Amino acid sequence: MKRSEIVDWALEVSEDIDFGAARRWIADKPGRKAVGYLPVYAPRELIRACGMLPVGIHGAGERLEIIRGDAFYQSYICHLPRSVVELAQSGRLDFLSGVLFPATCDVIRNLSGVWQLLYPKLYVRYLDLPQVAEPELASDFWREELAVLARDLGQIAGAPPSDAALREAIGAYNEARQLIRELYRARRDAPWSVPTEELYLLLRAGEAVPLEEFVARARAYLAAVEAEPGRVRDRARVIVVGAFCEQPPIGLIKTIERAGCFIVDDDFLLGNRMIGEDVRLDGDPLTNLAEAFVRHSVRNSTLYEPDPAGKRRLIRERAAEARADGVLFAAASFCDPALLDRPMLRAGAEEAGIACIAFQFAENTGQFQQFREQAGTFADAIKLWGGA
Amino acid sequence: MSESEKDLSMLLQKDMLAEHYRRLEAAPETGEPVVYTFVPGNLTELIRSFGALPVLPEINALQSAMRGKSQGYIAAAEKAGHSEDVCSYVKCDIGMLKAGNVSPTGTRLPKPDLLLLSYTGCYTFMKWFELLREEYRCPMVFLQIPYQGDGEQSPAMRQYVARQIRESLIPALEKATGRAFDEERLRENLRMSAAAEDDLVAVLQSAKKTPSPIDAYFGAVYYVGPIFSAFRGTEEGLAYYRTLRQEVEGRVARGEGPTTPSGRLDRQKYRLVVEGPPNWTHFREFWRMFADEEAVVVASTYSKVGGTYDLGFRHDPADPLGTLADYCSGCYTNRNLPSRVEMLARYAEEYRADGFLIHSVKSCNSFSAGQLPMLREVERRTGIPGAFIESDLVDPRYFSAANLKNRLESYFQMLDARKAGVPA
Repeated sequence: MKRSEIVDWALEVSEDIDFGAARRWIADKPGRKAVGYLPVYAPRELIRACGMLPVGIHGAGERLEIIRGDAFYQSYICHLPRSVVELAQSGRLDFLSGVLFPATCDVIRNLSGVWQLLYPKLYVRYLDLPQVAEPELASDFWREELAVLARDLGQIAGAPPSDAALREAIGAYNEARQLIRELYRARRDAPWSVPTEELYLLLRAGEAVPLEEFVARARAYLAAVEAEPGRVRDRARVIVVGAFCEQPPIGLIKTIERAGCFIVDDDFLLGNRMIGEDVRLDGDPLTNLAEAFVRHSVRNSTLYEPDPAGKRRLIRERAAEARADGVLFAAASFCDPALLDRPMLRAGAEEAGIACIAFQFAENTGQFQQFREQAGTFADAIKLWGGA
Repeated sequence: MSESEKDLSMLLQKDMLAEHYRRLEAAPETGEPVVYTFVPGNLTELIRSFGALPVLPEINALQSAMRGKSQGYIAAAEKAGHSEDVCSYVKCDIGMLKAGNVSPTGTRLPKPDLLLLSYTGCYTFMKWFELLREEYRCPMVFLQIPYQGDGEQSPAMRQYVARQIRESLIPALEKATGRAFDEERLRENLRMSAAAEDDLVAVLQSAKKTPSPIDAYFGAVYYVGPIFSAFRGTEEGLAYYRTLRQEVEGRVARGEGPTTPSGRLDRQKYRLVVEGPPNWTHFREFWRMFADEEAVVVASTYSKVGGTYDLGFRHDPADPLGTLADYCSGCYTNRNLPSRVEMLARYAEEYRADGFLIHSVKSCNSFSAGQLPMLREVERRTGIPGAFIESDLVDPRYFSAANLKNRLESYFQMLDARKAGVPA
């Protein structure tokens, strides 16, 4: 499979706000069902173990005019929920048999309530992720939550997931996470070979198709990258921090990289990488999933940071690992987690002498000139003087 | 309101607060430990059982706003890198801290010996205390209160909270205060809480009468003040609620309405249910917009952010940790949207409301996100007309008096038309 074919496929799937791939998968076999989930992290293994298709709901970006959604949200609330409501109210999510709303922020949390009011017959679950510092307490709580979710999803599917099915699903997602880590490593080592635009589209498409299809395409993409590594180029290496929930328009990602930066780490579609290590396959699958989240989830703005020095250290560590020259704090407008965290993260970065700039976007931002100028100036400053 | 226009309970509360801030200022000398925590899910009885004094940052922020100090504090925080888009309570608090941590009453606030992050119904709380921890470099303990996403607290959720209190909070409080946990003292505090809660509920439910002897939104801010802040489970709190209840029962006997900035509101043309927190920067001006139109609020949800006692909950000394879990779980913003709608619809019916109003604040997504569909749902269920107005908690830039007044006047005209049988 050619690299361009994979990217074209990813673009087509990512931009399909009617979720054609998921609908086709359902239609292929009687009795098939799909369950959606909002950002950031949902345990997709449970959906798969019940024989259903997990589908990521990340809004419609600039591809959908918001008419009904604006009647649900005030101007000072981020764009994602109005876009998701618009998708639902226009019938584009009617193929889903349930929707999961993770504990990302109060807007996503309350969106679960909006769903309960709008669609009282649909399965809606708020996923209260464990936040406490004590691993045993957190794991026990999260395992219980997972057990309830598995039971409920089993009712939708017609039968509860067996341990064997759960282990198969965990194994499948372990493989996908390994592959994604490999893709991120490849980009970090040779960002000229793996444009973030392509990596992003691949991951975004991966959340709308069966896992096997994503894994096959991602493997082919990785092989294509290795076969055609591209010409080495020198640009400012940057991390884009803060876009873990509402996603930036693809044009913004392109703009950053065309303005003289290589993105070498990011928060985009973070749920794919939330668990940083393989989940164990032996023993009780739900306990293993719970333990993996509690002990190996990547630190981010949606989770409590028990280490007092943790926030300031985080960007330093990420920059060192990615060999980054600078950080772009790119938060969605009105995004509480990203914007409230930013002063702490930025202070840590600046203490370590890491150059930073900050801007805000919305998923439907259509003008990129200001970002081009900011990112270009930032890249020039790094290259000329080693900092902004 | 001038001193002469204030109720006895208001003056009593003013003295209680002044004394509390005085003790806080003296804490570094007297050695009284200080614990910062939040209003929703506050464990005042537990904190007090260790002989510690609670500090509630939201109360400081709103008090600063009522005294005209929040604008400068917010500007200072934004200058220091805090976004214009985030909660103004947080920025007001950070700005106050940067300006020397002088409390709204002019006394100096002590540093916390412990930040008790009760993560109840508000995501921002987590970031707020992470930010304060950076400033104070002090210990912090985290209490996760699971959200009632399904409209109830499951036994597992209750057990999780009780276990955190036992295994994390109590050891952290013991370490911070240097005192051992005294369960009997906690039980005694809980007993006093339950008694005060009885009185508070009697006061809130007096609004079912006509005329209502209270304003259950603006006036209720005063009524819930002690029980939402530092005085639940204390002798002073108990005495305050006894006085308040007598005062309100006196008004009922005399057929009087509540004291408002526009005088006593005996003539009450509109009975309203209100959802959302008030604006604090223009609190009295905002209240006057209602009082001048002879509108009284008979029930509100804001007066339930620190506990939903009117739904039947009372602190239970027989089960100290379990009851604290129940308390936290039941706070208004920890309830899902269908439960909130249910409460509002019930208020509209039980309090015989003419109208239902949402005051949406920019700062608080925990309240604001989803209020528009809630409005439509309450209207659908109750048949009473709703209205939607917007401003902010403590950022005066978002308070537009003319706009609010226009909207309210139009709304009251619509209620008039409806009462007169004219189609709106």
